[in-house]
Amino acid sequence: MLSILMARLRQGHRTASYPRLPPVLPERFRGRPVLDPDACAAGCRECDGVCPTGALVAGRGRLTLDLGRCLFCGECARRCTRGAIRFTRDHQLAARRREDLTLDGKEVRLAAALDEKSRRLFGRSLKLRQVSAGGCNACESDCNVLNTLVFDLGRFGIQFVASPRHADGLVVTGPVSRNMEMALKKTYDAVPSPKIVVAVGACSISGGIYGGHPEQCDGVAGIVPVDVFIPGCPPHPYTILDGLLQALGRVSAARDS
Amino acid sequence: MTSILQWAVARNGTPLARSDIPLLDGETFRDSIVDAVADDGKVAALFGHRTEGDASVDLYAVLACRDAAVLRVARTRVNGTGFPSLTPRCTQVHLFEREIAEGFDLIPEGHPWLKPVRFLRTGSSAPLIGVTNYYRVEGEEVHEVAVGPVHAGVIEPGHFRFQCHGEQVFHLEISLGYQHRGVERAIVSGLPLRAIHYMETLAGDTTIGHATAYCQALEGLCGCAVPARAQILRGIALELERLANHTGDLGALAGDVGFLPTASYCGRLRGDFLNMTAILCGNRFGRGLIRPGGVGYDLDAKSVSDLRDRLALALRDVGNAVQLLWNSPSVMSRFSETGRVSLETCRQLGMVGPAARASGMEADVRQDFPSGIFRFAQIPVSTGAEGDVFERAHIRWMEIQRSGEFILEQLKMLAEGSIRVDPASVAGDSLVVSLVEAWRGAVCHVGLTDSAGRWSAYKVVDPSFFNWTGLAMALRNQQISDFPLCNKSFNLSYCGHDL
Repeated sequence: MLSILMARLRQGHRTASYPRLPPVLPERFRGRPVLDPDACAAGCRECDGVCPTGALVAGRGRLTLDLGRCLFCGECARRCTRGAIRFTRDHQLAARRREDLTLDGKEVRLAAALDEKSRRLFGRSLKLRQVSAGGCNACESDCNVLNTLVFDLGRFGIQFVASPRHADGLVVTGPVSRNMEMALKKTYDAVPSPKIVVAVGACSISGGIYGGHPEQCDGVAGIVPVDVFIPGCPPHPYTILDGLLQALGRVSAARDS
Repeated sequence: MTSILQWAVARNGTPLARSDIPLLDGETFRDSIVDAVADDGKVAALFGHRTEGDASVDLYAVLACRDAAVLRVARTRVNGTGFPSLTPRCTQVHLFEREIAEGFDLIPEGHPWLKPVRFLRTGSSAPLIGVTNYYRVEGEEVHEVAVGPVHAGVIEPGHFRFQCHGEQVFHLEISLGYQHRGVERAIVSGLPLRAIHYMETLAGDTTIGHATAYCQALEGLCGCAVPARAQILRGIALELERLANHTGDLGALAGDVGFLPTASYCGRLRGDFLNMTAILCGNRFGRGLIRPGGVGYDLDAKSVSDLRDRLALALRDVGNAVQLLWNSPSVMSRFSETGRVSLETCRQLGMVGPAARASGMEADVRQDFPSGIFRFAQIPVSTGAEGDVFERAHIRWMEIQRSGEFILEQLKMLAEGSIRVDPASVAGDSLVVSLVEAWRGAVCHVGLTDSAGRWSAYKVVDPSFFNWTGLAMALRNQQISDFPLCNKSFNLSYCGHDL
């Protein structure tokens, strides 16, 4: 017993000060990309064909990047010598609408909060059922890690629960393999309404690296309606947490306090 | 024993010309596999490849012969609709033969449990996922428990069928395939640009293991020498991956027996190890680090010392958290003698990694078929004897200490020089076997190129492929309530199995 108490003392207090303070991210972290189409030279083909998922579209005076497909591998930024594409260390990536994930070098549309009614229902207590549908266990791990004492998801009133019957919504990862399509639909149906669906990771938004494979469904939105999109491959745990808190309208409120 | 001498000899990551791979008649092929396995060999891979013109299927086998420290490769040709199953004589090929049956519409005649592996929708049949003829124990008060595909935790999908008598489990059958994404097919026929990303997501928690196996295969075919500095950085990343996962599993095991101190400390410490990988490449799982010809990121002097400091601290805290487990009688009584797998069962099933070593099998690719930095720096192999949950947990702890020492040692003497070379063109008409000891066990990749140097077949064998059946065996005569504990002591990959 004494050794357990001694260990407790030694292990210390480890819960992060987020969201009061910004998260600590690694120096090489690749977060939200920033595009500068004006830096592109006519006829430049440096980033042509380097994107493994076709997230980056360049040419004819246009430069767009679909965060829903992006693996954040950074290959495009590495090839571009003109500084038209660079990855910042901003972890905030979530959006409420699929089309808001396409960057074009102009304004950035961060995730807006859910509507008033949903916020009143879920704002202080959100129970989520996680469904992995072809996910590689990286997105799943980074959802799971939110339960550790570092992130301490429970203090936000958010909890992963065992049964869809106890849940207010689903967190779905993976491109939705054909073999998981029915299970996902059934799980969704088992969640009582009103409910929300959060798609975590490039696979769940667009199929990601598996996009176009006949063995999968190119993401969740074709199977069940999605309310929050959280890009990344996998998204950093802070990106996921931020997406959930943005949707509940709680990030800014927490930061002000 | 003579027939094995007809097989071509290969080394880890060194290609063979396809013309050097002997074409054996079916009987010689099967007999020599049985002989080699009896002699402590292991079937590392067995897969089909449709010959040109689609007339027949060639079955390739890769044997890992530890005593001779060589890999042996041979093939046999199957004409017609089937071939005599080898499974009744050699259990460890059971899943390989089911896989061949599913992928090539061939019947391994006499296979004792011929069922779909991934419920592929190609081929002549379109089976419904999870619908198959499960084993059933009949009798008074015998009942069946079905779990999954969607489980109670944040975990990948799979289906489990328990045949129970009260609390006691007579038999567990595991039916997977839910995570099938068509990776092997896509490596051959998809966009070459995506290949490395497929490897990084084959099993997301084994990003470094699979990506290294792939790069090693490719570099072997290109004849390119990876710079020493890159080899060391790969080794460091591989061991960091092991540290993160082993630590996380020890925490989860503690959680499964309701011992919360270690559960919460190890949950945090796992993240600390992942964050160390992110120092290397910006991503906690090592995405972007392992690239053909070397590594994608270098480590500067400041990061080296940062990494060393963080690692020393984390290792100290892991030691502190883990010792609590061994010193708590309530934990030890739950871990000990739960979910035992005998050495004999391990051998029969061809089990790999910590799960096999916990039963006393001294197999470790880093020692048996070393590549990269492991040719120069040996990590002692950790083994146990009892094969129960305690041993599977304890092996993790031993490996944590040894991997920690290894990384600290390597950081002290990081070779100078470049981190990446350009791989030259890929040798055509070749076969390459690439083995890496990832945290769950041996990852085996086998690549076959056509005359133009493109992949004509690419076989991936994740350690989970062998070990899932080991988990099923561990549950025999256990209480069903011990399933989560046994399951976590293996912590196998669903997507690595389903591909």
